[in-house]
Amino acid sequence: MAIQEFIAPKSLTEAQSVIARGGDAACLAGGTDLLVGIRLGMRDPNRVIDLKHIPELTALEVGTDQLFIGAAASAYDILHNSEIASLCPGLADALDLIGSTQIQGRCSAGGNLCNASPAADSIPALIANAAVCRILGNSGERMLPVEEFLVGPGQNALNDDELLVQLILPKPAPGTSDTYLRLTPRTEMDIAVAGTGISITLDTAGVCTAARVAIGAVAPTALLVEAAGQALIGSKLEDNAVAGAVAAARAAASPISDKRGTAEYRTHVVGVLVKRAIQRAQARINAGAKA
Amino acid sequence: MNTPLNKLPIQAVINGEPKMFLAAPGQILADVLRDELELIGTKIGCNTGDCGACSVLVNDRLVCSCLVLAAEVEGQSVQTIEGIADGAVLHPVQQKLLEHGGLQCGICTPGVVVAAKALLDSNPNPTEEQARYWLAGNLCRCTGYDKIIHAVLDAAKVIREGAAS
Repeated sequence: MAIQEFIAPKSLTEAQSVIARGGDAACLAGGTDLLVGIRLGMRDPNRVIDLKHIPELTALEVGTDQLFIGAAASAYDILHNSEIASLCPGLADALDLIGSTQIQGRCSAGGNLCNASPAADSIPALIANAAVCRILGNSGERMLPVEEFLVGPGQNALNDDELLVQLILPKPAPGTSDTYLRLTPRTEMDIAVAGTGISITLDTAGVCTAARVAIGAVAPTALLVEAAGQALIGSKLEDNAVAGAVAAARAAASPISDKRGTAEYRTHVVGVLVKRAIQRAQARINAGAKA
Repeated sequence: MNTPLNKLPIQAVINGEPKMFLAAPGQILADVLRDELELIGTKIGCNTGDCGACSVLVNDRLVCSCLVLAAEVEGQSVQTIEGIADGAVLHPVQQKLLEHGGLQCGICTPGVVVAAKALLDSNPNPTEEQARYWLAGNLCRCTGYDKIIHAVLDAAKVIREGAAS
């Protein structure tokens, strides 16, 4: 490695001034993508900025209406935050599928998002939860929905002077649950062939009042499929409504064929996963209503 | 191109003892443990976080030391395989791995011990499934895993009985 400098700023202001120095700098959260990228010769920063000493980047907070997930907070910390894990079980499902226990001890939701892999597990779950990125740059702060933060495979919307500070999720309304499902040939330590994150809200009569369906690993970026959510809203999740969501998800998919699966297979599978994810979220809501 | 000039002085608690060492800004923790601190029980397998051989605990958190920069552990505590046994008395995980024959070539073993200890510290009564998932990031090419899992579950029993008595 040709890293010449290691800096651990303790505040956002300090981080901004370090980032403003420009040059070939890389931000370090859990390092599970950055350090592997350096090892494999895909990255070669000369300066590393460790973000984990900035309180806003590691804090997890549950407010009255919103959840705040520091961009550098580890999957382990999020999974062991009982409030967040119980409010967003689908997001927890997704984070718990990333890598091994060792990787989860370090990797962050913010890093998974910035790395912008088409197959990232946490991104469809964040999109389903309507997560918004809080971004800080020289000209101040801006907010960007996660689905707009993704530009292409490995590419995000951050400018050189910008830093992803937090992910802000609306607190799920009563009768809401989320799910993340993926297909992998192995049960763990694998990368999604296809994945889906969904969030649905049912009223007391079982009518769907809100739904968001996101798909992963079947397009250059994870996608929000608005038509799939629309197919569910107003229904009681009857077979024809679910079939509409499945068809919309398949129509939105534009996967590549590679060693993990052909485009046709991925398109089929993402529909199957959407159907199962809807059923699972519905079961979670019903279980919550009985409890 | 890391000359001694840009090395950073790092202070950390290693296996319970305060230590100070020099690390290049890009040097990984696994290399510092082995080359600077002579703690060669930590093995380096893949160097990309896939195999778990270099598992250590940083502030009681299980991590791959090949995916941690040494500079990141400034002010933190690191526990390696050398800090697991109590003097000459093996940790139950170590003892049970021996009794069950849960190791052959031994390269993965330090990482398995550290990872299993971390599991039992947080959950002294894991199911077999929980133990298998927890240890999914510790690859072993010799044992086929069954003996490792049996040893870990047996060690859990020893720890629970010890806590009860």
